[in-house]
Amino acid sequence: MSILELKSIEKSFPGVKALDKVSLELERGEILGLIGENGAGKSTLIKVLAGVHKPDSGRIIYGGTEISIPNPSFAKKHGIGIIYQELNIIPGLTVQDNLFLGSESGLGLIKGENEKNKALEILDTLGANFKLSQYCRELSIAQQQLVEIAKSLLIDINVLVMDEPTASLTGHDVEHLFKVIKKLVSEGLSVIYVSHKLEEIEELADRVFIMRDGKHISTKDKNDFTRNQMIEEMVGRKLESEFPDSVSEPGETLLKVEHLSYKKIISDVSFLVKRGEIVGLAGLVGAGRTELVRLIAGAEEPTGGSIEINGKVAVIKCPADAMKEGIGHIPEDRKDQGLIIEQSVLENFSLINLRSHSSYGWVWNTKLEKKLGDYKKQLSIKYSSSLQKIKNLSGGNQQKVVIAKWLERSCDLFIFDEPTRGIDVGAKYEIYELMMMLLQKGKSILMVSSELPELLGISNRIIVMKEGHLVGQFDDLTDVSQEDIMQLCF
Amino acid sequence: MSSWKVLLSDYGIIFILMGLIIFFSVLTIEKQNIIGAAAGIFLAKEVTQSGKQGKILLVTSESLDDQDLIEAFKANLGSQYQIIVVDKGPPATRNQIERDIESGDVPKMIVTSTKVSRWLLFQDFSNHFPELSVVSMINPQSSKGSNFLKRENLLNVADQIAVIAIMAIGMTMVIITGGIDLSVGSLVAFSAVLITKLIQGYFGAEAATEFEMVLAGLIAVVMCGLIGLLSGLLSTYFRIPPFIVTLSMMLIASGLAYTISEGQSIYHVPDNFVWLGRGRIGGIPVSVIIMIILYVIANILMTKMVFGRYVYAIGGNKVAARLSGIPINKIVTIVFTISGLLAGVGGIILASQLNSGSPTYGLAYELSVIAAVVIGGTSLMGGEGKIWGTLIGAFIIGVIQNGMNLIGIESYTQKVILGILILIALIVEKARKRS
Repeated sequence: MSILELKSIEKSFPGVKALDKVSLELERGEILGLIGENGAGKSTLIKVLAGVHKPDSGRIIYGGTEISIPNPSFAKKHGIGIIYQELNIIPGLTVQDNLFLGSESGLGLIKGENEKNKALEILDTLGANFKLSQYCRELSIAQQQLVEIAKSLLIDINVLVMDEPTASLTGHDVEHLFKVIKKLVSEGLSVIYVSHKLEEIEELADRVFIMRDGKHISTKDKNDFTRNQMIEEMVGRKLESEFPDSVSEPGETLLKVEHLSYKKIISDVSFLVKRGEIVGLAGLVGAGRTELVRLIAGAEEPTGGSIEINGKVAVIKCPADAMKEGIGHIPEDRKDQGLIIEQSVLENFSLINLRSHSSYGWVWNTKLEKKLGDYKKQLSIKYSSSLQKIKNLSGGNQQKVVIAKWLERSCDLFIFDEPTRGIDVGAKYEIYELMMMLLQKGKSILMVSSELPELLGISNRIIVMKEGHLVGQFDDLTDVSQEDIMQLCF
Repeated sequence: MSSWKVLLSDYGIIFILMGLIIFFSVLTIEKQNIIGAAAGIFLAKEVTQSGKQGKILLVTSESLDDQDLIEAFKANLGSQYQIIVVDKGPPATRNQIERDIESGDVPKMIVTSTKVSRWLLFQDFSNHFPELSVVSMINPQSSKGSNFLKRENLLNVADQIAVIAIMAIGMTMVIITGGIDLSVGSLVAFSAVLITKLIQGYFGAEAATEFEMVLAGLIAVVMCGLIGLLSGLLSTYFRIPPFIVTLSMMLIASGLAYTISEGQSIYHVPDNFVWLGRGRIGGIPVSVIIMIILYVIANILMTKMVFGRYVYAIGGNKVAARLSGIPINKIVTIVFTISGLLAGVGGIILASQLNSGSPTYGLAYELSVIAAVVIGGTSLMGGEGKIWGTLIGAFIIGVIQNGMNLIGIESYTQKVILGILILIALIVEKARKRS
């Protein structure tokens, strides 16, 4: 018998039908994998369960009785726990204070020994290696996630909804999280697991629930689905392949990094990138990959070693220096580092191109707009007006605007840090195609990625980092497997 | 159509300003008397239109307005009329009329100013002089009009808000970068004291030449600019939060103003020192002209120039701006310097308006300035805001203050009402943005 049943849930926002007669059944003690592209309605569905959104119509049957969930605290009280992608942890409070946040007794006093013991017990079940008295700012993202899970377990939940819980985790943190989830499920918990990563769904879920454009497309047993079928149902069309074919022939050396060091984070890293090739940087989160590319992009100043561009030593102390050398940096976090989300598409496109499109400080706006229009066609970027705020574009289109601005800056080396994070499966393919187009133009790409299939799928060569050191290099990827790379990472 | 929508969403606050203007216009409607030259022209027209010829008795008071009336009346009337002017009060008027009756040469028309027409003599004219009952009486018509909407009063509003509005330009830029400048009020005092002290102590006090006054003004403005520069350097290269840096600068500048002036007001300045604050060019106050020029320049700087794009980018996302190669420290330092310079300009205009310098000037101006900026739609979080919005914001404050003065609300109550109105303006603005 099912613990939770949604029947024909409908929800509209001005101009959008976010949920269109969605029905869902969740069995006791099962993990339901919920997948779909961005905008498919997953988040809205979760928010209906959380009591954030009220459905326009439809019924929710929970534990055999029909209920309506008017607000988040109702959901919490009745045993529906939600863990969002953005963790709701307050860094300046201790683990204990975070756990009991919002459930303090009347006068705001922290609860007594009983509660504390219960908390300890739960942390123990979760295999947490931190103390109740530790401040959350000292914890890793993975540990904070455990705090969040512990927080929901404190109130005897029956249903746990997790939205992209592994977005900022890697390797053994993911494995540990999976172990925890499986254990909780074996004890009777039901889990709705939302993710972009199909390999996770394949490993974890019992059944897979696919959404597209606010509609429920299909639900099947995991074993009745192949990866490609899942993608096809999510995207709504047939996919020839996950990655485009590489067509370029690497040429001269463009970037030569020798003995590069930065404080204690990067030590003695040497490698090179040729014209017309993609070099993939593999490693765990914290291995120093992002820090390494930030050094090359001038975001930080190296404490040792040298960088050569086209055979000449380049002194790179700030981002402007790197830009002069023809290095473009596309940071991992578009929202926080790559874009000014409250500004328009045009403003974001022009930001690094103002100097070349102005005279005596006067900006040639029409010229910039025309250029942007050219790229819009060339890269098939979708937006309604160049004055549209960039935050209203999809992740894929945002990334295309970023690529366009660096193309206009005519840089030779593109540094991509997690180029497809938060981008739909369908749009991913387009980004890969764009990267191939860059190669054909004789540009080079240095790419950091935590997704091994992606690294193996489009790189010409792969280098592996671990704890700030370069620990391996694969020049021929024909027989390399994901396991080969993972072994070097650990 | 769509450009209207953009205007509405960008400058919705303009409707609040219009609403206030209509509100105060209606509340201050009163009977308006035509006086001075305008009355003279009006009367001359009436006389011409009546078609009568011959002798006219023009009765007015001795006031300056009425002398203007007489001159304009004569200038606008053809030579075929014989005009006799009496402006020495009711007894003289009665004598003149009696003399005319005796001689049999009675006037065809008696023309008076509004004030004179209310004399008892004229109110009860036919009883006093039954012989003259056929003589037509002509006096200016009174009409209904709004005191608020008078040209003079509107210029007054602009004049009174000019200092705040000029300072608010710099504050808008600072707030768009995500900072705040609390020192501007004290800089006004510092600048006012500095210019007057320089004139009094070094440039011969009342005998200072125009060149010397300009020089003193430049020195005062540049000094304020240097203090702004220092705020900028400290908040960027030393990474002290702007709130603290400018709070310190507020104390320092205020202290310096008291030290330089020894706590006294400085009065010994030439007579034409007031030109900047009270003078007019083509009927428009000099301070208002300066304000408009500065706003035009600032708007170009912020919307058409690379500098402005950088300012918005820094406030919008500092990390992304840095990774885009924008010299953040340099731009932010320049912005603080501009804010200091403009506070200095505000200070010398205020000194000129009040014809003196005192360390108490500009007290709490920073709050009015910030209020103007925020009412104008600039986000305290940075990255968003418009120069024209700030001008509208300043005018909203100016209109509220002026309007309350006109309808006779006392100044303590005014503060309470001003605070409430600012909150209402912001709530309306937020609600509009959400919808």
